[in-house]
Amino acid sequence: MSKGTPISPSLMASKPSAAKAADSVDTVDSASAVLGPNRVVGPTEMTGSEAIVRSLEELGVDDVFGLPGGAILPTYDPLMASKINHVLVRHEQGAGHAAQGYAMVTGRVGVCIATSGPGATNLVTAIADAHMDSVPLVAITGQVSSAVIGSDAFQEADIVGITMPITKHSFLVTKAEDIPRTLAEAFHLASTGRPGPVLVDITKDAQQAKTTFSWPPKIDLPGYRPVTRGHSKQVREAARLIAASSKPVLYVGGGVVKAHASAELLALAEATGAPVVTTLTARGAFPDSHPQHVGMPGMHGGVAAVTALQQADLLVTLGARFDDRVTGVLSTFAPNAKVIHADIDPAEISKNRTADVPIVGSVKEIIPELTEAVRASGAAPDLGPWWSFLRRLLEDYPLGWTEPEDGLIAPQRIIKRLGELTGPEGVYVAGVGQHQMWAAQFIRYERPHAWLNSAGLGTMGYSVPAAMGAKVGDPDRVVWAIDGDGCFQMTNQELATCALNNIPIKVAVINNSSLGMVRQWQTLFYDGRYSNTDLHTGHETVRIPDFVKLGEAYGCASFRVEREEDIDAVIKEALEINDRPVVIDFVVSPNAMVWPMVPAGVSNDLIQVARNSTPDWEEED
Amino acid sequence: MSRHTLSVLVEDKPGVLTRVAGLFARRAFNIHSLAVGPTEVDGVSRITVVVDAEGDLLEQVTKQLNKLVNVIKIVELVPENSVQRDHVLIKVRADAVTRLQVTQAVDLFRASIVDVSTDSLVVEATGTTEKLDALLGVLEPFGIREIVQSGTLAVGRGSRSMSDRALRAS
Repeated sequence: MSKGTPISPSLMASKPSAAKAADSVDTVDSASAVLGPNRVVGPTEMTGSEAIVRSLEELGVDDVFGLPGGAILPTYDPLMASKINHVLVRHEQGAGHAAQGYAMVTGRVGVCIATSGPGATNLVTAIADAHMDSVPLVAITGQVSSAVIGSDAFQEADIVGITMPITKHSFLVTKAEDIPRTLAEAFHLASTGRPGPVLVDITKDAQQAKTTFSWPPKIDLPGYRPVTRGHSKQVREAARLIAASSKPVLYVGGGVVKAHASAELLALAEATGAPVVTTLTARGAFPDSHPQHVGMPGMHGGVAAVTALQQADLLVTLGARFDDRVTGVLSTFAPNAKVIHADIDPAEISKNRTADVPIVGSVKEIIPELTEAVRASGAAPDLGPWWSFLRRLLEDYPLGWTEPEDGLIAPQRIIKRLGELTGPEGVYVAGVGQHQMWAAQFIRYERPHAWLNSAGLGTMGYSVPAAMGAKVGDPDRVVWAIDGDGCFQMTNQELATCALNNIPIKVAVINNSSLGMVRQWQTLFYDGRYSNTDLHTGHETVRIPDFVKLGEAYGCASFRVEREEDIDAVIKEALEINDRPVVIDFVVSPNAMVWPMVPAGVSNDLIQVARNSTPDWEEED
Repeated sequence: MSRHTLSVLVEDKPGVLTRVAGLFARRAFNIHSLAVGPTEVDGVSRITVVVDAEGDLLEQVTKQLNKLVNVIKIVELVPENSVQRDHVLIKVRADAVTRLQVTQAVDLFRASIVDVSTDSLVVEATGTTEKLDALLGVLEPFGIREIVQSGTLAVGRGSRSMSDRALRAS
């Protein structure tokens, strides 16, 4: 090493040198880093495309989602003979979201395949979505032959270049012999550390060339050494802060779900007695029914959860990233709180909010250590006053809604009943908008991997294809796509995929005949000038398209619900149908709004429980 | 904002410079200069990047760079413990009347003249940013036609090598 100074110890810890790796920091051992059963395959002659399929098999892949085209055609031939289940989608974006949904429920790497050019660019939205929400995804794309790269050949697009900012890493493979190692590296990168999407772009000539396949390959990623074990001294310091805190909150993010650390979290919560909030990506990481759960924080979070963070003296941040939808105006967020921040990605720590105690590592390993340290410290601070404050907020400001004045159904009621009648073992997959927020608010989540949505990128159209992927990944569960009429029109072509491949998802279209969340903002902030938000699909409109007819055209059992008294019966009927997908057109009021709400650009202290109505902070009991 | 010099060892793979440059652009980090070239280790390149950042932002820059899979190691080189040099080629007006003054100035800065024509000279100089700025200041009145400048190159003082421990890994 030169005499140059490393910038900070926490930073250098992310790439420990070999000499350092031995003493304190656990890193992923690259020798055993190849996913799958790691069977040994001796040198075997085959083509590059056969090597792709064989590598996927050896990596333990069971299901992939894709759509063929010229540049990936060689690979689709051996795929036909493979035991891998390929689901033929109707649009590559559907393949991408399906792979996300699959990954979210199984915890395994989701795989999508597309051809070059437009096939690859159609994956871009799903890749960006997976990047924002840290979903383990491998996207395999065909590329034009290496000899014509750069010549603007037919269906050529520089997809490695296009996706560089939205992938964890990407590869361009031009030689058949590089295929097995590259795919093993891609799966390793996608699934370890902070998970994310990895793109493998393989030229047509590499697929067609002969090569000698053997397994397992040797992974060679000298610059990739994710730290999983937290620094013990930092963990002890965190326990000390918890012991000294009288108003702590466990601020739980999607990282806890990704790390499968819900059981560990429960133990920590009970050891500390602290209130727990679960963010939009963490719904279900901690049971909603647990008495220490105080709700979801953020722009549409509950009053108690938002206020708990605002008034806390300590945030125990676990796999969360201080997203602007949670913090509101950052400078006014949790002004009196010290911050413990545990995250596997060192770059998240002190990115938005400076951490007092940073802990780099997997929450799966950090949380149990922290629990032990908390128990060992023996100090149990009196959280009584803190809890009585929060209990009063929970009682005074429960989630609820007012009935619409137009006589149409309140969408919240439908979503609530859907959750109650299906139960916590179901999987709920939302699109983006009002229905997404209501699904986060009014369904009780008792287990992780039961709630899927596009949180970071906010991708309308996520729901149907992601639900399809979830159903493929976990076929024994009831999978509900809770969608809006706007979202549904973006990706409903995958109903054909579902119907033809026996993937019986259930779609609840919360049809308010408009781009509801945008409309809500127009109501609140643009004097009710409804510019381009009316979709003409609902009550007393031309109903273009008619979602019942559309569902029927796609071979789905289809229903329309317009009266409150029909809600339960139709949901129950839908739950009985397992031989084909179900589409229910729930016609609801366009005037329903999502509350509570922290208007954009203000402090979370200005949370409104209804229009122009803020909680009464001064009330004494 | 203050300038900091980062030495970044990267795998010599296609697109690695794009990954580094793209990261700076999309996260709105300012690059003052950037130089890249091969090193004493096969397959490893070294990028010297001078950034306008400090404190938390500098830490973010380094952490984000570290997340790039092709980045092997990053070290900040501080001026006290490193040698830092820029390289510049300057085409300056110099006719029969002014040529002598220009060559004297070049001599004073221990720069050299690498091309001569009837009405111009090309001056080659190596040094710290401050020295080169001073040279440019002196040459300015004669009329500067072109400037071509490299990014800063930097290496730590003393016998140890940045690549030693990082690359013994596998």
